[in-house]
Amino acid sequence: MNKLLESIRTSQVWRSIFRHGPPVTTRNRTLAVLSNFFLHLHPVKLRRSGVRLSYTWCMGGVTFFLFFVEAITGLLLMFYYRPVAEFAYADIQALNAHVPLGIMREIHRWGAHAMVITVWLHMYRVFLTGSYKPPREFNWNVGVILLVLTLLLSFTGYLLPWDQLAIWAITVGSNMARATPILGHEGPFAGNLTWDGVQLVHAGNDARFALIAGRFVGEATLLRFYVLHCVGIPLAVAFLIAIHFWRVRKDGGISGPL
Amino acid sequence: MPESIKSIANALGDPRLYFLLTVGLLFSYYGFRKTLTKPAVFAGFMAGGVLFFFAGLSDHNFALIALKPDNVPIAFMLVLVAFFTWLSLRRAVINDELRKRGEPNLEEQVARQKVFTWPDLVFSELICLLVVGVILVVWSIYLKAPLEEPAAPAVSPNPAKAPWYFLGLQEMLVYFDPWLAGVVFPSLIIVGLQAIPYIDRNPKGNGYYTFEERPFAILTFQFGFIVLWVSLVILGTFLRGPNWAFFGPFEYWNPGKLEPLINVDLSELFWVYGLRQPLPDFWLIRELPGILLLLAYFGILPIVLAKTVFRRMYIEIGFARYQVMSQLFLFMALLPIKMLLRWAFNLKYLVHINEFFLNI
Ligand code: HEM
Repeated sequence: MNKLLESIRTSQVWRSIFRHGPPVTTRNRTLAVLSNFFLHLHPVKLRRSGVRLSYTWCMGGVTFFLFFVEAITGLLLMFYYRPVAEFAYADIQALNAHVPLGIMREIHRWGAHAMVITVWLHMYRVFLTGSYKPPREFNWNVGVILLVLTLLLSFTGYLLPWDQLAIWAITVGSNMARATPILGHEGPFAGNLTWDGVQLVHAGNDARFALIAGRFVGEATLLRFYVLHCVGIPLAVAFLIAIHFWRVRKDGGISGPL
Repeated sequence: MPESIKSIANALGDPRLYFLLTVGLLFSYYGFRKTLTKPAVFAGFMAGGVLFFFAGLSDHNFALIALKPDNVPIAFMLVLVAFFTWLSLRRAVINDELRKRGEPNLEEQVARQKVFTWPDLVFSELICLLVVGVILVVWSIYLKAPLEEPAAPAVSPNPAKAPWYFLGLQEMLVYFDPWLAGVVFPSLIIVGLQAIPYIDRNPKGNGYYTFEERPFAILTFQFGFIVLWVSLVILGTFLRGPNWAFFGPFEYWNPGKLEPLINVDLSELFWVYGLRQPLPDFWLIRELPGILLLLAYFGILPIVLAKTVFRRMYIEIGFARYQVMSQLFLFMALLPIKMLLRWAFNLKYLVHINEFFLNI
């Protein structure tokens, strides 16, 4: 058995992937991190306080993991789903009915709820350890934008099953935009903006209209939310996560005393 | 579960009591932190909560709401928030104690030791990931994702609720018009969060848990996160039913329940009830009491606070930062203040200018 492992380890294929011996020596442990694309996000060595679960709660890491899970399960769901009012609901029903043991939809939905919760808890931890203080002010701000985008990801996805729960939750949520001061047709001052007695801001051109692409949540909203949910926001989140991680390193790694 | 406990729980769930209890709980938790964060005490509380939950499930109405698939994660969230609040405060208490004795705190004790990413960090990450992955898969096997009736734009459900993470904002609609609850406050939450690192100039408490070195920052954040956000999400999810009426945890969600509204505006209180004369016609005079009150609240109160309770902070952070901090702080305080005014005087609007569709 040991011989077999040894011969795999010394094979040309293995050595073409991992260019160092087993990570048991200082040198190889260093190489293991430096020469691996995925691990080189990490420093080679770090303060013990930053590794402790009781310190970080691993909530940032879990959020990232869940984002990854959402991307993969979401991709699989896209194979079965058409963002058209005519098909959307039936596609989800078919998914439930025809895929034996299918839990992709479940993983995607519960993973999304969990991600919202873990991102809150991550922010909570960062606040409680004062990790937003210099030099990490900027990364905290990147985080706040990630938080907003995470909520928007969940919000746009909420509509896609196209059932009663979906359209009414989005209706209630987006109704708020009607009340935007000046820009929403029911908002403060909007009613005072008239030209020859015609109201300038109305249900057909106000902030809500821009958000949901219509006077009510309908076919155009579905397509718009689908594109944002599957392409627009995930790209933005991935981009910001890259900056976020890079800044964690540049700001001196996970915060700690001293 | 005995009926008496059920009726107590139903009564405690009333939004007014519920809110005051959460506030009381938060502050007494910090006040008596040395005793209350003892692991045994905390474990006792958690066990009590879990016991209550499972005993409650025997009740049909309770189980109906608590076991709704989309509500299950929110119950999880409650447990996680409670756990992490305890954990952080526990470590803060220990650290503060150590500091008083002049010893290095929990984080300092290990900060000088360096460990290798491989294996220390990589393996703890791997374990976290596996645990979360397993939880997610098991959860997905046992709990089906819900799918309701197909979308019908003409048939609105009752209650119609926003997605669960926005229910705190929806709850604010009880006290404020949509332009405040749905537009201004959410924007201010984002701006406020972004401003935190630039307002809080206290260099202490960076990289370790502490309470006594930054009590104002921690309590303000906790008040926002726990009382105004998480607890209102819980209220909106579990205790608000048809017509957004309040229902106790063991109450049947009767769609006929309507809470009577006998609300009055500040202008009516002032002119009609106070001065016993009809409301003035011109809006500026009619609403003057409310407008002056708000001007004083946002204009004069910060100055008073700077000379009294926030005196030290004002000197430390300077004029500009203090301005931003105090405005954000007062906006945040507006919600509980409006709640109390509603409950005490049935007050609907402080300022009610229909002419501009501007109600506060
Ligand atoms: C999609 C969302 C996010 C992801 C994937 C993410 C991921 C991470 C990870 C993996 C870390 C390393 C330390 C840890 O795990 O705690 C980290 C650190 C950090 N995050 Fe996030 N984060 C997200 C959102 C946020 C939010 C909402 C905030 C704050 C508002 C934030 C602020 C920070 C800060 C300041 C640090 C440095 C903490 C330290 O050095 O102790 N992040 N983030």
